[in-house]
Amino acid sequence: MNDRTIGRAGFLGILGAGALGLFFAKDVTGVLDRAVPSSVSAIVPTDGWRIYTVASMPNLDPAAYRLRVSGLVDSPQSFSLADLKEMPRAEQVSDFHCVTGWSVQNVQWAGVRIADLLQAAGATKGVQALRFVSAEAPYDDSLTLKQALLPDVMLAYEMDGKPISRAHGAPVRLVMPEMYGYKSVKWVNHVELGGTTQPGYWEQHGYDADAWIGRSNGLGV
Amino acid sequence: MASASEPAAPPRIERFNRTERVLHWTHAASFVALLVTGLILYLPSLSTLIAQRQIVKNVHIWVAVAWAVAIALILVLGDRRRLAEDWREIETIDRDDRRWLRRRRAPQGRFNAGQKLNALLTAGFALLFALSGFLLWLGERDHRFILAGTGAVHDLLTLFSVVLLVGHLYLALIHPSTRHALRGITVGDVDEGWARDHHVKWVEAERRSALR
Repeated sequence: MNDRTIGRAGFLGILGAGALGLFFAKDVTGVLDRAVPSSVSAIVPTDGWRIYTVASMPNLDPAAYRLRVSGLVDSPQSFSLADLKEMPRAEQVSDFHCVTGWSVQNVQWAGVRIADLLQAAGATKGVQALRFVSAEAPYDDSLTLKQALLPDVMLAYEMDGKPISRAHGAPVRLVMPEMYGYKSVKWVNHVELGGTTQPGYWEQHGYDADAWIGRSNGLGV
Repeated sequence: MASASEPAAPPRIERFNRTERVLHWTHAASFVALLVTGLILYLPSLSTLIAQRQIVKNVHIWVAVAWAVAIALILVLGDRRRLAEDWREIETIDRDDRRWLRRRRAPQGRFNAGQKLNALLTAGFALLFALSGFLLWLGERDHRFILAGTGAVHDLLTLFSVVLLVGHLYLALIHPSTRHALRGITVGDVDEGWARDHHVKWVEAERRSALR
């Protein structure tokens, strides 16, 4: 190795390490996550979650919270958090995948299945789409009825054994684990039942409406 | 005629020409803009404070595109011979450089060994930032391009780059024996006496080529 190839080898080594990192760096940061003190993880996101907002973060009072259900219903309904908790309680453990590339494994959720909500709201025939509207205006997103009735979709009010925190969508958020996270609307305060789906917030910016998580790239369901 | 009592200005020597300075400051300004917007997207405390994710994200992406275009233009329209000469110097880590890196005294060229390492790391990081950033952008639109470690690479590059930048700023602005070099990257020239003390192989080579 001559003088000149030392620098070039170093440069190519950096590029090679970075290219390998595209596939394996998550394991490296996973080790770091466990090593850093909690004072650091309060500032830098290290627990796997990233908190994204498109407007100022809603701060909803659980006691005053109402979930409105409108559209194709016998009559428009509104549910308090206590009303939702009186409906059959569903629990699940599922992975959360964000379209920007990060994932969190084994998140515990508790909440209400969509079928139970539709029944309580008196949904009429002809419902083919549900639009979940966030208190974080103008965020919304839609699922087809078939997608919303999948067995691991819910309106959740608990995460990892505790009431959902503000950053994660308190008091109620949608959980749709088989699709990328932008479908799982946070701070849901209105569900509109309709005949056809409409493009949601990110879908108007180029994202897929059917955001099924691929089975490649280590993100398989 | 200048009066005899007026001291002659100390001799100066050109270290970085216009192409090199434009390249440096284009990269520096882009990096700062990308760092600020990137931190707003990355740190929860800042992203909830600013809460304009769509706008900040667009600024971040378009600054990155502008950076790539500007760098490409400089490489095409600038002094290409000089840039090729820079790269040849930077990737050559000779015996003196290796001694210098082991903290021994060793004569240095126009770039000392630390500056060479800084340049190699900066160039490598820039390419990896561009690659991982492009994949992050593409992956949002075509999910086949979501790779498990892309975000982690982009994050780690940010961490390493900030460490590198802090060291660079300390040496360029504060450290007593190196801060005299600042004029080299702003105006282009440095004090020849300082250059002889710190970069003697370069000054000697310049003198020989001037005599030829």
